[in-house]
Amino acid sequence: MMLSVRGIAKKFGGLQAVADVSFAIAAGEIVALIGPNGAGKTTMFSLIAGFIAPDSGTIEFDGADITALAPHRIAARGLVRTFQTAQPFARLTVARNIAVGAHLHIASRGAALRHAAEIAERVGLGKLLDQPASELTVAGRKRLELARALATAPRLLLLDEVMAGLNPAEIDAIVPVIFAIRDSGVTLLLTEHVMRAVMRLSDRALVLNEGRLIAAGTPQQVAADPAVIEAYLGRGAARQPDAALTNG
Amino acid sequence: MVEAAIIVPAILNGLITGAVYALVAVGLTLIYGVLHIINFAHGALLMVALYGVYFLHALGGVDPYLALPIMIPAMFVLGYLLQRFVIGRASHGKDENVMLVTLGLAIVIENLALYLWSSDTRTIDTPYGFSTVDFGVALIAVPKLIAFAGALLLTLALWALMRWTDLGKAIRAVAKERRGAALVGIDIEHLYAMSFGIGIACLGAAACLLLPSYYASPHIGSAFVLIAFTIVVLGGMGSFVGALVGGLIIGVTESVGGLFLGDSLGQLGVFLIFIAVLLFRPTGLFGQKA
Amino acid sequence: MKSGVAILIVLAALLPVPWLVHSDFWLNFAVLALYYAFLGQSWNILGGFGGQFSFGHAAFFGTGAYAAAVLQLRFGVNPWLALVLAGVAGAAMGAIVGALSFRYGLRGSYFALVTLAFAEVLRILADALGFTGSGVGLQIPLHQSAANFQFATKTGFYFTILGLTALGLGVVWSIEHSRFGARLAAVRDSEEAAQALGVDVFRTKLIAITLSAALMALGGTFYLQYFLFIDPDIAFGPQVSIAALLAPIVGGLGTLFGPLLGAVALQLLNEVSESAIGSAPGLNLVLYGVILILIIAFLPEGIFGLARLRTRWRGVMRRPA
Repeated sequence: MMLSVRGIAKKFGGLQAVADVSFAIAAGEIVALIGPNGAGKTTMFSLIAGFIAPDSGTIEFDGADITALAPHRIAARGLVRTFQTAQPFARLTVARNIAVGAHLHIASRGAALRHAAEIAERVGLGKLLDQPASELTVAGRKRLELARALATAPRLLLLDEVMAGLNPAEIDAIVPVIFAIRDSGVTLLLTEHVMRAVMRLSDRALVLNEGRLIAAGTPQQVAADPAVIEAYLGRGAARQPDAALTNG
Repeated sequence: MVEAAIIVPAILNGLITGAVYALVAVGLTLIYGVLHIINFAHGALLMVALYGVYFLHALGGVDPYLALPIMIPAMFVLGYLLQRFVIGRASHGKDENVMLVTLGLAIVIENLALYLWSSDTRTIDTPYGFSTVDFGVALIAVPKLIAFAGALLLTLALWALMRWTDLGKAIRAVAKERRGAALVGIDIEHLYAMSFGIGIACLGAAACLLLPSYYASPHIGSAFVLIAFTIVVLGGMGSFVGALVGGLIIGVTESVGGLFLGDSLGQLGVFLIFIAVLLFRPTGLFGQKA
Repeated sequence: MKSGVAILIVLAALLPVPWLVHSDFWLNFAVLALYYAFLGQSWNILGGFGGQFSFGHAAFFGTGAYAAAVLQLRFGVNPWLALVLAGVAGAAMGAIVGALSFRYGLRGSYFALVTLAFAEVLRILADALGFTGSGVGLQIPLHQSAANFQFATKTGFYFTILGLTALGLGVVWSIEHSRFGARLAAVRDSEEAAQALGVDVFRTKLIAITLSAALMALGGTFYLQYFLFIDPDIAFGPQVSIAALLAPIVGGLGTLFGPLLGAVALQLLNEVSESAIGSAPGLNLVLYGVILILIIAFLPEGIFGLARLRTRWRGVMRRPA
């Protein structure tokens, strides 16, 4: 197992954001972490990537315990996350933004910038290399988040709502990019609200509700699971006809 | 061992000075609590207020304590105008810009004072200036006692203003939730300026209470600014109680420090506390988590 | 134009100044302009490129100045060697301040405050302790010779400060072209995103402040040798801290030539105002304060920002309607 999460819990003040969550991800998978708003998905990402320390539980990456490691060390090991609200390096160009990621394993400035250009091509930012990152559209910023993370040559990529704010055409454009990333040898864990994308992309889905894992399985299984439907649509919704989550 | 006869007066004097420091700090903490800016011009504005009290006395014969009803509104207006038309406008809302703008203001005000009034220290003589009250353990100068009482009363008045008046409630609303306050029709720019004005008005009051036992000079602002920051950080940004308690602690530290280490090194204790708090407990004694 | 070439051109242009300028007054102007530019370059590394605004950079300036003074006066160390050692002392002070401040995550105004506090603590100590001459300060006895870092004419000092400026430009150039520089810019723009990409934020900031402090200490030593006198207020007071940040802000934060441009502009302004209004105490600083506010209000990117604005405006004009 590439990533192994066991018994993770986190409380903020009076709120139990994540409670006793355990799951594992194998190399080469695309796994979707879904759930209604406030379910704890982004918190989960922050916990895995080391930005927040869990109250209990362990996280293992490639057999090594990373639970207490600082975020930059976890990233250096190949576990890289993107942010839900894109955080571009505003005063840098697109190329230099991506180069920061490339520099994780590349020391030379020139080589990092060349690598950045290649990555930019792969995600469709090839024409915008000299654009200041602050001038990108929402879709552009999402791609930049993706490109920066890719440039670090990650083994496991955590994509936090990479589709949020994209229109259907943009979503259709980015799906093959994500498949190509998996094909190049990167394992993916993504959180997403856009159900269409989740159905198409993921091998497996994990459903989080109020901090707990309530279902796991293929997207189709999970979409038809009554507990999951209730989590999204409210109690009693599962008993309604046509109650399935595939029309998102 | 140091005799109680030396230490007790030092502590008492420290408490008294501390109360006035608290009045200076209360304005700073209010400004931070509402506008979330660290006003680097706070010391310079205190200096302006001190000169104001001085000139009212030297030119108009106005007793410093009677100058309170003049200085408080005057400094309030100055503060309001500065925030509304200089700080607010120039900084475009960015934190790093506000820092630099208030620093720029401090430089302008301090050096304008240096140019206009030269670096001579100005003191005033009041009829009660040398009277003291015997507390048994120590003799305390009358002006200092008045300063102590005045500072406590004014801090209390400010607290009451914030707690019970509509203005105070509006200010607290803006401090907590800027956008929500705007949505219910509160004029944010105006309230920011009001809050800044109130913070600076505190300086007007502090100056009236301070001058009889102190002096005015262009560089006195720099001396006070770090003390004020230390108190605010120690007490907790945005907390009135913190400013009061912090002021008393720092006053005593300075006084007792001066006793043991002499005048030059005496202030060292204050700054070491400052650094320690910033590093280990930046929210201070009573502050909220950032 | 490549920035490396630009540096060489600028240095070449500055080289013949002592022969082009025929008055002592203007040579002094040139020395001071480069001196303030150098201080600004040092501050700019941490402030402009690193995004951490220090209001107490005098802490490092004074450390260098006093270190050089004490080494010369008490230990008979050659002033040029003292210059190098002062740089090391400054670096050490920078590392201490940085390690404490960044370890505890101080940023923005809080970081500015703590640097103010450190500078003030050092000022109090210098004022009180005997070996720093306490309040009276330290004076270097006049003994002019190049080997003794005391030049009979200002020309020697000019070339020294030109050398230091060249050093500053070189350091900034290598930062801009290195992995460290890329990481420093990332930390400035978004610490979280930088961490997510494997950047060690603490270490990056620490290196920046150490470098910045070392250069600042060299500047302090130059001051000592040029004026042969240092006291606690000069060494650790707000004038130096303000001077260090003003030139980069006016010229352009985080740019290669910003501090140089800003320093020259400010010195010119200083001279103009002195001849127009006279040199009453405090007046030129009032001007500086006003400039600071105006720059933040209208030209936050500094003079270099004007160039950027113009190219963007041209770009806007060229787009089809």
